[in-house]
Amino acid sequence: MPDPVSFGPDLAEVFGPSQTDGGPDLVQLLTPEGERVHHPEFDHDFSAEELRGLYRDMVLTRRIDVEATALQRHGELGIWAQLLGQEAAQIGAGRAMRPQDYAFPTYREHGVAYCKGVDPLRLLGLFRGVDQGGWDPNENNFGLYTIVIGAQTLHATGYAMGMQRDGVVGTGDPERDSAVIAHFGDGASSQGDVNEAFIFAASYNAPVVFFCQNNQWAISEPIERQTRIPLYQRALGFGFPGIRVDGNDVLATYAVTKAALQRAREGNGPSFVEAYTYRMGAHTTTDDPTRYRLNDELEHWKLKDPIERLKVYLRRNGLVDQEFFDDLDAEAKEMGHHLREGCKALPDPKPMDQFGYVFSEMTDEIREQRDGFAAYLASFEGSTH
Amino acid sequence: MSTQKITLAKGLNMGLRKAMEADDKVLLMGEDVGKLGGVFRITDGLQKDFGEDRVIDSPLAESGIVGTAVGMALRGYRPVIEIQFDGFVYPAYDQIVCQVAKYTYRSQGKVKMPIVIRIPFGGGIGAVEHHSESPEAQFAHTPGLKVVACSNPVDGYWMIQQAIAHDDPVIFLEPKRQYHADKAELDESATPEPLFTSRVVRAGTDATVLAYGPTVKTALKCAEAAESEGRSLEVIDLRTLSPLDMAPVFESVRRTGRCVITHEAHVNLGMGAEVAARITEQCFYSLEAPVLRVGAFDMPYPPSRIEEEYLPDLDRVLDAVDRTFAF
Repeated sequence: MPDPVSFGPDLAEVFGPSQTDGGPDLVQLLTPEGERVHHPEFDHDFSAEELRGLYRDMVLTRRIDVEATALQRHGELGIWAQLLGQEAAQIGAGRAMRPQDYAFPTYREHGVAYCKGVDPLRLLGLFRGVDQGGWDPNENNFGLYTIVIGAQTLHATGYAMGMQRDGVVGTGDPERDSAVIAHFGDGASSQGDVNEAFIFAASYNAPVVFFCQNNQWAISEPIERQTRIPLYQRALGFGFPGIRVDGNDVLATYAVTKAALQRAREGNGPSFVEAYTYRMGAHTTTDDPTRYRLNDELEHWKLKDPIERLKVYLRRNGLVDQEFFDDLDAEAKEMGHHLREGCKALPDPKPMDQFGYVFSEMTDEIREQRDGFAAYLASFEGSTH
Repeated sequence: MSTQKITLAKGLNMGLRKAMEADDKVLLMGEDVGKLGGVFRITDGLQKDFGEDRVIDSPLAESGIVGTAVGMALRGYRPVIEIQFDGFVYPAYDQIVCQVAKYTYRSQGKVKMPIVIRIPFGGGIGAVEHHSESPEAQFAHTPGLKVVACSNPVDGYWMIQQAIAHDDPVIFLEPKRQYHADKAELDESATPEPLFTSRVVRAGTDATVLAYGPTVKTALKCAEAAESEGRSLEVIDLRTLSPLDMAPVFESVRRTGRCVITHEAHVNLGMGAEVAARITEQCFYSLEAPVLRVGAFDMPYPPSRIEEEYLPDLDRVLDAVDRTFAF
């Protein structure tokens, strides 16, 4: 019998159990134990102030998430998409952006929204059912939450193509040069739209960073159902670089995303960043992960908590004192208060206003429907109906 | 006053050129729209004159074309997309229905989506599967989209410019078998009618025939044939399918008492169903007969050797007119 023909590397080797910690290509600057390590390509000389800032951002982001989860439990939100465990990935990516850069989120980018200056209270609207996205995307360069999986990656690519036409790419002026981040998850990597976005971005050399938070789970579907090679390795097949970064390491995520954005701004085209992380909570508040994954896995990832490792590093290096933690605690409490009180005060949408949102130029048909509905409602005035 | 005789293809080409000259935010994008000028040559010469940044040859991915157009619109551009054939719009259906149609609503009116999606539609060109379809009702059924259909060269010239200048997404349907058929006299100095209006294209007194896109020509032929038999048909080109402009239709049907609507699309839940319902609601006491619909049978578009049997033609429309008189 002839030897079987080999078509390439044994995929079990590149994607076997040994890869559960991210594999040898994982870019890391801060270990789960809080040890600062260096990387030949992606590194950044973080000042103490920067480090404290990133820590603060992650703590506040977790507070937003915990508070919103509690609001759902209290019946104030219909549902909430939790980000617990993904704070470093989102803050690293969010803080790597400049104001002129534009982010296209999924429905879980609460930390990125916070970095882009969107009031976290605005995020609650669609989960409470008072709107479908309550912020002006062009005000903070932060797109509306997009619920159809992966659809926004094409919007991001088109937006980046618009930037190219506006002459804000590769001019050499750091205040002018701009790029886009397309956020998506491991599940979305299977979507046609995401793959089409890769192709369009590569074809036009668009200034877009495809930022994939691989949190290992698409509701109940494990990453093995979406891919048989590490996701970042797919990028090469589309013609641009892919990097896997420790998504629970805010320093590495920041450094890698910053480099990817800079590359895009300079006119060198798209890249793919796979932030290797873990969804410590449920997919949303209606999900029950105990039905499909083992607690051991969660316990394993708890040891890699993105906030804890930076806390250890800050403490060990004497970069923080008790006052810092006390102040941050107070700030987090204030954030919680803001969300709790603000959420309950969010006004219900007015049915009559909805007709006016359908088009920029209202049609006679909709005007008639609105007026007819208004007359119908008015017919009950004074009655007990 | 200078006029010239043009085809629908030429009218659309001239209209696109005008729109691009008028606003440098207007971009064309689609498969083969650049050097080739589109498979129907509607964008002929435009890339040469406006450059590759404004007339963009896209990868072969319809969802990608529409999805990137959403991003361009967010950046302030006015993308005009060419879907190569009606039957290829479905890969982009999700982006059209879930994103293009909903972004303005999702943003509570803060974001405009000035995107035009041009779709050559209808049959009669002897094509293979997926090249002869009439998907208009699927888009007219979707809130957030406006849907128009041109039927002649002059309308093609004006309507494409109006659609591009409009701030909401417009599905722009072009009867592909008319592209290089009849010529008409274009006066560029004329003032066009507003985009979202229907129009009486032949006055009559005995029955009203409604049509749009490729069936307008059929309806006009019917009116000629009926005249020789002593029957006067009024023909209305609906032009806009969403919103519908029903006022001229109601006015006509109240006078004639009889109405037939014809389209190439399937009758079941097609535009005719909606139009008939509205006529029934508004003209009930004027009707001498039910509104009849003449369209495709509820089967996929057939092999082209028999498409003429399948498409609503002069005889089938006249037969329906006769039936309204038999009530």
